Amino acid sequence: MSIVNMNAVSKKFGSFVALNNIDLQLNKGEVFGFIGPNGAGKSTTIRILLGILQPTSGHAAIFGKDVWKEAVAIHEKVAYVPGDVNLWGNLTGGEVIDIFLGLKGKIDKRKRDMFIDRFQLDIKKKCGSYSKGNRQKIALIAAFASNADLYILDEPTSGLDPLMEQVFQQCVEEVKNAGKTVLLSSHILSEVEKLCDRVGIIRKGEIIETGSIDELRHLTRMNLVIATTSPILDLEKWEGVHDVQQSEESYRFQVDADKLTEIMKKLSSYGIERLESKPPTLEDLFMRHYQE
Amino acid sequence: MLFHSVSRLFFLKWKLNKVNFLTWAFSVVLITILTASAYGGLYKTDQERQAVAETMANPAMIAMVGPGFGLDHYTSGAMLSHQMLLFTLIVMAVMSILVVTKQTRTEEDDGILEIVRSLPVGRLTPLTASLLFTMVLNITIGILVAIGLILINIEGIDAEGALLYGMTLTCGGLIFSGVAAISAQMAETARAATGYSITFLMAAYLLRAIGDVSNEMWSMISPLGILIRGEVFVSNKYFPVIIGILLFMVFLAFAFWLNDHRDVGAGYIRSRNGRERAAKYLMTSLGIAVRIQRTTIISWFTAMFLLGISYGSVFGDLEAFFENNEVIQQMLGNNPDYTLTEQFITMLMVVLAIFSTVPGLLFFLKIRGEEKKGRLEHLLVRGTSRIKIVTVYGTISVGGTVISMFLAVFGLWISSSAVMEEAIPLINLLQAGMAYLPAMLLLIGVALFLFGWLPRITSLVWFYLIFSFIVVYIGGLLNLPDWIVNISSFAHIPQLPVEEWNNGRLAILLTVDIIIISIGMIGYRKRDAAG
Ligand SMILES: Nc1ncnc2c1ncn2[C@@H]1O[C@H](COP(=O)(O)OP(=O)(O)OP(=O)(O)O)[C@@H](O)[C@H]1O
Ligand SMILES: [Mg+2]
Repeated sequence: MSIVNMNAVSKKFGSFVALNNIDLQLNKGEVFGFIGPNGAGKSTTIRILLGILQPTSGHAAIFGKDVWKEAVAIHEKVAYVPGDVNLWGNLTGGEVIDIFLGLKGKIDKRKRDMFIDRFQLDIKKKCGSYSKGNRQKIALIAAFASNADLYILDEPTSGLDPLMEQVFQQCVEEVKNAGKTVLLSSHILSEVEKLCDRVGIIRKGEIIETGSIDELRHLTRMNLVIATTSPILDLEKWEGVHDVQQSEESYRFQVDADKLTEIMKKLSSYGIERLESKPPTLEDLFMRHYQE
Repeated sequence: MLFHSVSRLFFLKWKLNKVNFLTWAFSVVLITILTASAYGGLYKTDQERQAVAETMANPAMIAMVGPGFGLDHYTSGAMLSHQMLLFTLIVMAVMSILVVTKQTRTEEDDGILEIVRSLPVGRLTPLTASLLFTMVLNITIGILVAIGLILINIEGIDAEGALLYGMTLTCGGLIFSGVAAISAQMAETARAATGYSITFLMAAYLLRAIGDVSNEMWSMISPLGILIRGEVFVSNKYFPVIIGILLFMVFLAFAFWLNDHRDVGAGYIRSRNGRERAAKYLMTSLGIAVRIQRTTIISWFTAMFLLGISYGSVFGDLEAFFENNEVIQQMLGNNPDYTLTEQFITMLMVVLAIFSTVPGLLFFLKIRGEEKKGRLEHLLVRGTSRIKIVTVYGTISVGGTVISMFLAVFGLWISSSAVMEEAIPLINLLQAGMAYLPAMLLLIGVALFLFGWLPRITSLVWFYLIFSFIVVYIGGLLNLPDWIVNISSFAHIPQLPVEEWNNGRLAILLTVDIIIISIGMIGYRKRDAAG
């Protein structure tokens, strides 16, 4: 059953086309990663799904209901976390969480306190004095402590420290295990890779690729920096190795994720002195995508 | 479903804004009751009141407070509604505009609305809750004013009039909350929304002033012009209240329609794309500070110029009026050296001076807004010193005040020379007006001082300005003791041409200005530079 269904949705701001014929389906129980460069239209798509923006043309539905006309009924079962959380400066974090949960129905106090505890939020502070990450935690707690069927998360971890990032990932896993659906827009590819079953890539308002992580894996590359005791003369020619840059004592190159084991085995015979690896950036992925 | 969860959101607005609510309600009710009792205490006999009535029936007063009514039997009630209703209506309008804009467009600008709208909340719920809040505020003030006026039990202020007075105030507030609600849909930012609403208010005031002096038709298309035609305490007409409520409902319906047909974050009046590169002047901190408030600056300059023109336009009628009015001439008898026109100028100058201080303060207080939003940091970390930044904003503020005052006086001169047989020389007007600069500077100094030492309460400087305005506008009436009047810097300025130029007093005031500004700067250098 599809939870989210977007059909040829376009959105214009004046004459600027922000979204062009977007089609998107989210199935029940899946975590869908939504990635794309800045200004590609991720947040615009999400705001249309939330009934905050009206599509110029096309049709969007959640739970089979029209996102604009039946927004209230939909929102009772949807939890949203924006990347930039702004709140009423003179209310405390605890008050805001209660207000958000209260608008959704009955507050599950046990669940609420559990998430406050997990995200280690001091709920007595006024929102005006929270740091960016702490404001984001408020929205995350209010989202996960609510009884939603669909979680719409727009760069929800852009201000979280690594520890909290981990808590967040656990929360998403739990939600997924409970059979809920998640739409996760993010620039942190490792997060998307780890959590998402399927990924959609959007660029300049058009969805250019959707598929499971495995299907997209061939697009993914690792960045490696390596120093070896003996020189590797033909590195460029190895299968799965790209963009080799050689400096005095090290090689910098990209490796296809699915060839990694093989290549590491081969490399070790040259005597590894130093090895750094970086997850591929979005740019790597896009660059590769367009090159082909 | 459009209004789902209204009551919850209403209580949330209440929780967030109750201090705001109580402050406004308390201030408006208190000012009205105090003035009403002052009228009762000051003018005890009919003769005294009739003498005041005579001073009211001239075009200048009509332009300022509205047409006279009940002047042949000028009771305390008639005085109150004639002299205070319009002024209080403007306060109600400003209050409603600020409250509605803060709760609607400002929350939208801050991104709070987006989160609220992602919850099970109807599309029109946030706007409805804010308007309900404003309605309750306006109705509360109306009721309290009515009850208060009845309770102080002054002859000439009867229960029916008191109720109508309260209702008229409520209506004024409601109409302008509707205006603010529409502006909040039209504009793309809270600043622009406030700008549109205040422009509407000023247009309503000017239209009424012109209409009241020349052709009543113009007054009847201004909400303010209609509302003061209830002749409260004299003939107690109800049609303004009815028109007011209808107007409010029309505005409301329009605002709701606009709100329902637009995206969150968008406005109907779109901002254009800008330049690709920063112009040369933008590369200086002064250039930046001017550029970010360019629209505000231009609007205020235009407004002050128009205000000057509209005040000046009554001078011709004024002279004709003085010539034909024996009572006035008798009253002038004890000061034969100066004409009533000249005395009128002194009063006008201090009012213009106080109005010109408003843009000056706004231009300076922008620095606090920038600090709170964390944008001042961008400059501070790029090698602009704190003293420089605060000097830049101070300079814009002082410059803005001087230019505002100049434009107002210049406008006054243009239109008054057009209508007078013997024009007043511009230089005399300028001298009378610019004499107030040290007093205006003190307000800016106080703002700078608060910004330096007590940034959180910087905006309290407005209370000082409002206090000064009350002292000037109704101070004589309230018979305030000298020491209270003297707290206002404006009271220390020689009122040219009636009073003599006084170098000593001006020098002392200027010295105080410089000291307070320097102390403020030291404070800013010492404190944390973050909001
Ligand atoms: N209200 C608006 N008016 C005009 N243009 C807009 C508006 N909102 C968004 N846009 C434009 O639409 C495009 C898509 O913006 P959107 O916020 O959806 O991007 P995004 O993919 O979320 O980017 P990011 O990764 O930076 O969050 C951008 O070019 C943006 O400038
Ligand atoms: Mg975005």
